[in-house]
Amino acid sequence: MSTDIFMITPNPIVSGVIWFMVFAVFLYMARDSAHKAIRSFSRVLNNGLRLSSRALEPLEKRLALRNREVLLAAGRSEKERKIEREFERVTSSVSKELADTPSLYRKISEELTKLEEDYKESVEVPPSPPGWVNAVEAVAKIPSKGDPVVVDILEDIHESLVKAHNATTEEYRNTRKERHQLLKDMMPAWRRVLKTMENADKNVTSLLERAKVIDRYMDEYEDILNGTDRAVRMLSSSSFVQFFISSFVLIFAFGVAMVNFHLIARPMAEMVGGNTFIGVHKVSDISALFILLLEITMGLFLMESLRVTSLFPIIGSMKDSMRIKMMWGTFALLLSLASIEAGLAYMRDLLMQDDLATSALLRDGSIVAGSTDFTWITTVTQMGMGFILPFALVLVAIPLESFVHSLRTVLGVAGIVAIRSVAFLLRLIGHGFHYLGSTMIHAYDLVIFAPLWIEQAIRNRSSGPKEVLAGDRRKVDPPELVKEAS
Amino acid sequence: MRVRSFLFALLVAVGVTSCSDEAPTTNPYHGVYMLIDTSGTYTKELKKAQQIINVALSKLYPGDSFAVARIDTGSFSEKDIVAKVTFDDRPSMANHQKRLFKEQVDKFVKHVVPAKYTDITGGLLQAIEFLNEKNTRKKTILIFSDMKEDLERGYVRNDIKFDLKNFDVIALNVTKLNSDNIDPKEYMSRLDNWKFRVESGGGNWRVSNDMDQLEKVFME
Repeated sequence: MSTDIFMITPNPIVSGVIWFMVFAVFLYMARDSAHKAIRSFSRVLNNGLRLSSRALEPLEKRLALRNREVLLAAGRSEKERKIEREFERVTSSVSKELADTPSLYRKISEELTKLEEDYKESVEVPPSPPGWVNAVEAVAKIPSKGDPVVVDILEDIHESLVKAHNATTEEYRNTRKERHQLLKDMMPAWRRVLKTMENADKNVTSLLERAKVIDRYMDEYEDILNGTDRAVRMLSSSSFVQFFISSFVLIFAFGVAMVNFHLIARPMAEMVGGNTFIGVHKVSDISALFILLLEITMGLFLMESLRVTSLFPIIGSMKDSMRIKMMWGTFALLLSLASIEAGLAYMRDLLMQDDLATSALLRDGSIVAGSTDFTWITTVTQMGMGFILPFALVLVAIPLESFVHSLRTVLGVAGIVAIRSVAFLLRLIGHGFHYLGSTMIHAYDLVIFAPLWIEQAIRNRSSGPKEVLAGDRRKVDPPELVKEAS
Repeated sequence: MRVRSFLFALLVAVGVTSCSDEAPTTNPYHGVYMLIDTSGTYTKELKKAQQIINVALSKLYPGDSFAVARIDTGSFSEKDIVAKVTFDDRPSMANHQKRLFKEQVDKFVKHVVPAKYTDITGGLLQAIEFLNEKNTRKKTILIFSDMKEDLERGYVRNDIKFDLKNFDVIALNVTKLNSDNIDPKEYMSRLDNWKFRVESGGGNWRVSNDMDQLEKVFME
């Protein structure tokens, strides 16, 4: 009924063709306006999207700048901490090992003086010839001429000389022995001096190595201060590595926390009730979770007060005495919680046995033995786990800090990537609209191909001779004429 | 500024509290009342009833309520309750209660005397009263019987309508009588009659002769 009004002739195809022709004529008449409308519409959309894309550029730059600043600030802080630690180590080394340098030198000096004295004492002194040897020589030159008195005197002198020689030789041997003993006594002193010198050398070498490390850190620190691209690249890469490693470790820690949770959730039901709910969660589960979270919090505070992590600057900037008090306090709490957990783990084991016994009784009336020979192993293991796992969770603070710090960089980079992607997408859609406009114009012309063809034919017919004329002229006329004709 | 922040936090807290559901009028636990037919030859089936009770005990949790009552000549009486318990919130105490409950039921089965008549309606009314008193969120009545009511002269049960809204009524181990074997329509019309009575009272009616299916009932 409704389509009957479009039926100009009884034949629907003929009617359709007529309507198409009428429609094409209307479209042909509106061609210029329609083209302009389509073109302007596509241009508006294209420009709008390109402008939107461009508008994102400053945002991306700002974010990149902020990332750079965050990265450099984090890197600067980390390097400062490292350099500070190195200096602390150097200070400690200097104060501990080189503080006694004066006493060391005094000791070496004393040893050397002693050695010198010993050496002097050990110098070989030739035995002085007796003073009367010359007199004896003069007497020996007296011609004896067979005088028995003289012979006797000379023999006496000879005997005296031999005796004197023997005594001198003996004395010389004794003194030489003493000298050897002195030299022998010098050996430990030499060794001591050598050892002391070696220690001093080792300390100095260690200091030199630390100095090299500090030099390297200082170079990197200068790079960071200057904000060089190299430093930013290094820090960014380091952040990503830290992010993935810490995420991995945190997943492990989550597993440990889950084990811990299951260890204490069941016995908590004995304390706070096994069937009381907050929302859809059991109160016993929530209590167990809170104990777990409390342990992790205590672990964080312990690590903070030990200055292993620096998530809470207020703890790091506390007075040392206060910080140490806090450290002992958190450690005591952690120890208490670990002990409680061990107790809960023991209780869990008892409750499990009770459950097993009851279910066995209800199933077939049999009574399960309360314990076997190796039940104690399970009990002890559970208790041990209950005690150790809270301390293991303390170490979560380290990967957590890395995760938090690296997350800022990773989120920043992810934000930049997201903005770039949106900008690219906007540009792409803008181009899409641009080409869609062109395609629509061509499609429009395709619908009205018949009037356009007629127009072209008429135009060709009316401008045909001129074209020919122009063509003829082009062949023969100079370029000026062609220009004029065109 | 601090005062304003505190007030804001207080308002948020009050808002959250007021947005939460109304204070529950029922407790979130499960109440189960089991009626055991002790009439005539059906007492031979009591071993099965024991098994069902054990399954029920193993599937009930702290806070749930459970009662076992016998069906005899006049069952609308607290005296017919063999054992009843509301399990303690502590799982270990609940286990202890389960063991005691089992002992009571075992003692009853051992010394049970068959009843002359079968007042299922009275037992059902007693079950409704018990579970309504317990005010549990989920209420289940288990009827361990052949569902053949046999009233002593003078006992009026015909015009009584049950109020069984939010109740699940499950007939267990509905054995076929000799007369049912002769005319199965009798069995079917008996069950249809009970189904009509329960559903017209707003309850859900089920029949479960497969003991293996019983665990599913409690799991639901």
